[in-house]
Amino acid sequence: MLAAQVLVNAAVLGCLYACIAIGFSLVWGVLNVINLIHGSLIVLGAYLAWGLYQWTGILPWYVLVLTAPLFFGIGYLLQRLLLNRVITAPVLVTLTLTFGLDLILNNAMIYFFKADYRKLTLVPSLGSLSIGGVVVPVDRVIATAFALVLTGLLYLLLRRSRVGRAVVAVRLDRDAAVLMGVDVKSIYAIAFGLGAALAGCAGVLMALIFPISPLTSSAYLGKAFVVCVLGGLGSVSGALAGGVALALVEGIGAVVVGPSYATTLSFLLLIAFLIVRPQGLLGRKGFE
Amino acid sequence: MIRPSIVLVALLAVIALLPLAGDAYALRLGTIACMYGIFALSWNIVGGFLGYPSFATAAFFGFGAYTTGVLMTLGASLPLALLATLVASLVGASVLGAVLLRLRGHYFAIASLSLVEVLREVVNNATDLTGGGMGLNIPLASNASILGDAIFYFYAMWIALALTAAMVVAVSASKLGFGLACIRQNETAANMVGLNTTLYKSIAFGLSACFVGVAGGIYAVWVHYIDPSDVFDILYSVKPIVMSLMGGLGSPVGVVCGALVYLGLEEVVWRNYIQIHSGLLGLLVVLLLLFLPHGLVSLRGRLFRRGTGHA
Amino acid sequence: MPEILTLAGVSRRFSGLQALRDVNLKIAGGEIVGLIGPNGAGKTTLVNTVCGVTPASAGTVTFAGRDITRLKPYQAARLGLARTFQIVQPFAEFSALDNVATAALFSRPGQSLKVARENARQHLAFVGLDGQADQPAATLTLAMRKRLELAKALAMSPKILFLDEVNAGLNSAEVEKATALIRQLAAGGLTIVMIEHLMKVVLNVCTRIVVLHNGELIADGAPRNVVRNPAVIDAYLGQQYAQRHAGHG
Repeated sequence: MLAAQVLVNAAVLGCLYACIAIGFSLVWGVLNVINLIHGSLIVLGAYLAWGLYQWTGILPWYVLVLTAPLFFGIGYLLQRLLLNRVITAPVLVTLTLTFGLDLILNNAMIYFFKADYRKLTLVPSLGSLSIGGVVVPVDRVIATAFALVLTGLLYLLLRRSRVGRAVVAVRLDRDAAVLMGVDVKSIYAIAFGLGAALAGCAGVLMALIFPISPLTSSAYLGKAFVVCVLGGLGSVSGALAGGVALALVEGIGAVVVGPSYATTLSFLLLIAFLIVRPQGLLGRKGFE
Repeated sequence: MIRPSIVLVALLAVIALLPLAGDAYALRLGTIACMYGIFALSWNIVGGFLGYPSFATAAFFGFGAYTTGVLMTLGASLPLALLATLVASLVGASVLGAVLLRLRGHYFAIASLSLVEVLREVVNNATDLTGGGMGLNIPLASNASILGDAIFYFYAMWIALALTAAMVVAVSASKLGFGLACIRQNETAANMVGLNTTLYKSIAFGLSACFVGVAGGIYAVWVHYIDPSDVFDILYSVKPIVMSLMGGLGSPVGVVCGALVYLGLEEVVWRNYIQIHSGLLGLLVVLLLLFLPHGLVSLRGRLFRRGTGHA
Repeated sequence: MPEILTLAGVSRRFSGLQALRDVNLKIAGGEIVGLIGPNGAGKTTLVNTVCGVTPASAGTVTFAGRDITRLKPYQAARLGLARTFQIVQPFAEFSALDNVATAALFSRPGQSLKVARENARQHLAFVGLDGQADQPAATLTLAMRKRLELAKALAMSPKILFLDEVNAGLNSAEVEKATALIRQLAAGGLTIVMIEHLMKVVLNVCTRIVVLHNGELIADGAPRNVVRNPAVIDAYLGQQYAQRHAGHG
């Protein structure tokens, strides 16, 4: 019974982790940039959902419709105006730049919202589902469903649309894409915009489940990174595999060694994985 | 090679004269200046000479602070505790470096970043030894007056800085420095000419850790009380990068100047805006990278660039 | 002549791809071996496997009586296996002299930088780059960088030298120059294994030809025998080549 509960928890949490990671993975894969502001964007999305529910009572999943274009715009502009100027610079520079941006955004959030943990509590509560002794809160189920929908939408976008094909082309071979007439700069901006939109939407969903504070941004970022390493870069299925894998390891780890060593555990897993299987569970080697 | 070293010695000598100014504020500032100098020079070994984007400074600093702190609460004398910290940082980081520096680029950067989180978590959990989140009180090392105390810690930090500078200059003039420059430019080729890249990288990581660890130790006894979120603050990892970017990557004189300029900014600007301190630091980083990617030095031609590493 | 390098049953897999399949090869001291085959045949992988870059998945490599199958690249280099890269790998910021000095410095224990630089100067002169000694490697032409690569390999005082397409991308005058250098090295008794697409150069220089195809060794022997081998003509040289050269010998 415990095993079934752990598995279901891991599946639910894994989909949410995938949703956290997928925008990060897209940006990393396409731009070869580690976007350290990703975690703070997620928190910002969570504040948006929290604030709107607090003041107007709009339910978080409706907020997604607003979040996606808003965050896309933010991401698009960040890339076009700032990141694009150093996009060919060494890792240290792009990394430090996004770190600087993260410091600004995170500090702004602490300034305006304070560092306290807030909770978005739906009234009335949605209760829990219980199937054969396995219990899952309904808000989690809804968040997971939306996480899967978002992931699916991204998959379709990359597969079916013209822009999506161009994004994939740039990821696979930038130089060839240039030769085929793809405007790489605008694809970079679109990919970064998509990454930001996904971060914002993920944040809205997280608000349903987890406490909200600027202090949680680094935890989200860390999860996104581990998921990318476990699942492999840049693919939707990889992010899902990585998300579930991380959730499983955390779930089992919490039972075996206790939850207070979660970071250490995922770090050890990360290092072991990077050295033994750098291409991830489903991914291919590359981008180094 | 000679000229930058002389500039460095002159710079250190000027800093050493600070106590003549006499007041406790100048001494506090001087002690922090020395500490930042140690950070920047040490980071420069891995970040500048070797070209690996390390975010591990805070990990070394916190490790050193806690090693010294715990040893002193167990009754060790200050010199003994600092010596043990030096050795432990050197050995620990070398071993870790052999593993972590197999990763490159983003992967190494994030692994070094997570090292900070991991050590913080470990210290937080080892309550018996470290006091966990409650922090650790460190016994007083001397019974001097407040001013005497301030002078003592200033010189302790200054000596650590001088040793760091000597180590960095020695490295950049040596076969080790030459090898690190090879690895930075082309690691595959370095391996193929017979350079044991793993060994070199691991030594570099160890050397970049040992004096930061000592600085952490001196800091711990200086402030008498440390807690995990204070000494494992990720900003300690970012500051030396900012200093080095300001001063020019790879040049020891440049990064020490960068450290001093940075400290000046920190004092003047964000002492008045403590609430948005980290946001201002972020703004500085962004502006610096966008408008002065080669550091402040690029404003005055390339006076000190490429003076080191090899020559 | 005693064997210097022996490959026994060497295989190398990359996930899903068999790059080398049961390769058996013995090379004697002083031989000049031409390693030929179509693109993707596994020639560079063979060199990488011997030099420790991509260790063999099966089989053993023996060098001067010592099993070197599991050695790391730097260890192989110190034993006297030197190589050039198909895509040149200079230390871009270093001067030409320092590029070569790295090889002299790190391939032997206890070398000082000063001695290494003196040593490097001779090798630069040998490949005709003494005029460019202080120029950063990044500013050299491709032909010069190829020669720099050669000087670097020579500064390691190799017992065996692997040349991976040293002539690719060079014009015919530059090829002449490079070929003359290789001949000079061969005359000095150095064992050389060269990957080369220009058959003229191979036939001119090599005492023996080894042919790889799909990771397998399909021919091995004296140049004139190998170029007449139907399997080799089929896999690599092509009918045209065979007709053009019929009757030459």
